[in-house]
Amino acid sequence: MTAQAELREAPGPMAPQPFRVTRVENELSDTWTLELEPVSGERLDPAPGQFTMLYAFGIGEVPISVSGDPGGPLVHTVRAVGAVTKAICASHPGDVLGVRGPFGNAWPVEASAGADIVVVAGGIGLAPLRPAVLALLGRRGEYGDVALLYGSRTPAEILYRAELQRLRGRFDLQVDVTVDSAEAGWQGKVGVVPKLVAGARFDSGSTIAFVCGPEIMMHFAARALLDRGVPAERIYCSMERNMRCGLGHCGHCQLGPTLICRDGPVYRYDEIKQLMGVHEL
Amino acid sequence: METIEQLLQSVPLFSGLPQPELELIAGCGANVNFKEGELLFHDGDEANLFYVLRHGSVALETFVPTRGAVTIETLEAGEVVGWSWLFPPYRWHFDARALSLVRATIFDGACLRGKCEADPRLGYDVMSRFAQVVIERLQWTRQRLIDVYGYDRPS
Repeated sequence: MTAQAELREAPGPMAPQPFRVTRVENELSDTWTLELEPVSGERLDPAPGQFTMLYAFGIGEVPISVSGDPGGPLVHTVRAVGAVTKAICASHPGDVLGVRGPFGNAWPVEASAGADIVVVAGGIGLAPLRPAVLALLGRRGEYGDVALLYGSRTPAEILYRAELQRLRGRFDLQVDVTVDSAEAGWQGKVGVVPKLVAGARFDSGSTIAFVCGPEIMMHFAARALLDRGVPAERIYCSMERNMRCGLGHCGHCQLGPTLICRDGPVYRYDEIKQLMGVHEL
Repeated sequence: METIEQLLQSVPLFSGLPQPELELIAGCGANVNFKEGELLFHDGDEANLFYVLRHGSVALETFVPTRGAVTIETLEAGEVVGWSWLFPPYRWHFDARALSLVRATIFDGACLRGKCEADPRLGYDVMSRFAQVVIERLQWTRQRLIDVYGYDRPS
């Protein structure tokens, strides 16, 4: 085959590649985790924080963060909130989905060596942070104190509950969980995530924070981190908008002067805090 | 064992208070323990005391018909439980239940109110510090009113 013909044959970044669903796990009433393997055998190697465009054939495509262990199979945790995500969540082992990517930038896992790390997650925002947490733990000796702080609406909505319980058993990791409200029998904390930040063990001046969740939750979490003395330029947030192309061409995910699919989704808080406060941006 | 004055110095609410004021407040305090499940106070009862938690956690609860007890907030070591002793009608608005073994210092609110009335400087210090607690919890409550996780992303 000539080089020109190869070029014609090569799938462009807009062409979804077929991936077979190998495992489906129901996490919450509306949330599923899917493990995927490439039909072609060519594995992806996404960095923690990146996302792919997941395509339910004939229905549509959505951006979904990678939530698997770096180096492992492609894993996505998806909340069924619209037609496409509902179709993806209804997949069974053996079904085929389209995958484009990975796209976007990554959490600064390696660049944070030597620092204390505070990971703050809310709701399904734990999914995009899971690869970063696993990567941090994979090189645990390179960091000081590491804290994972997680908030959800109720105990029934705690994502990766079994994994959080397992991580809580480690001697080298603080795991703290809080919920907004709970019925009798819940022995854990009830309150807001910023309160966990106030109580976590870390040296503010030497800390890097990774924050992911609904934007309003990230706003409050960042403020709590600032109150503890963590500089804005050491707080990283993962933003989300309506990503379509993943390549910075279509402009659907524009956030002020940046395109989230190209320049993000991970931003330093000092770079985006003004944009977070702009109405309808 | 730590004296009540030493304990007060280590609690954010009272840190930095002048020694004479610490002594006055400590004079209204005593150490108490609660077993898991025991009530520190009960909704509707007269509120003439507050606690500083030294160990364990406490749930502020209310009973919701058809749902049972619902936890509104949990408080941990170093935090204060109770401010209804400060204002009329001096009644608790929630139950406070020990979620584990709780070691706390209980303060006689009526005793402290009397000292605050007699010493306006102490009264101002106590009120401004408790106001800080009230404001902080008001802000947390406002955050929860927003239902921050209700604006969740697909992933």
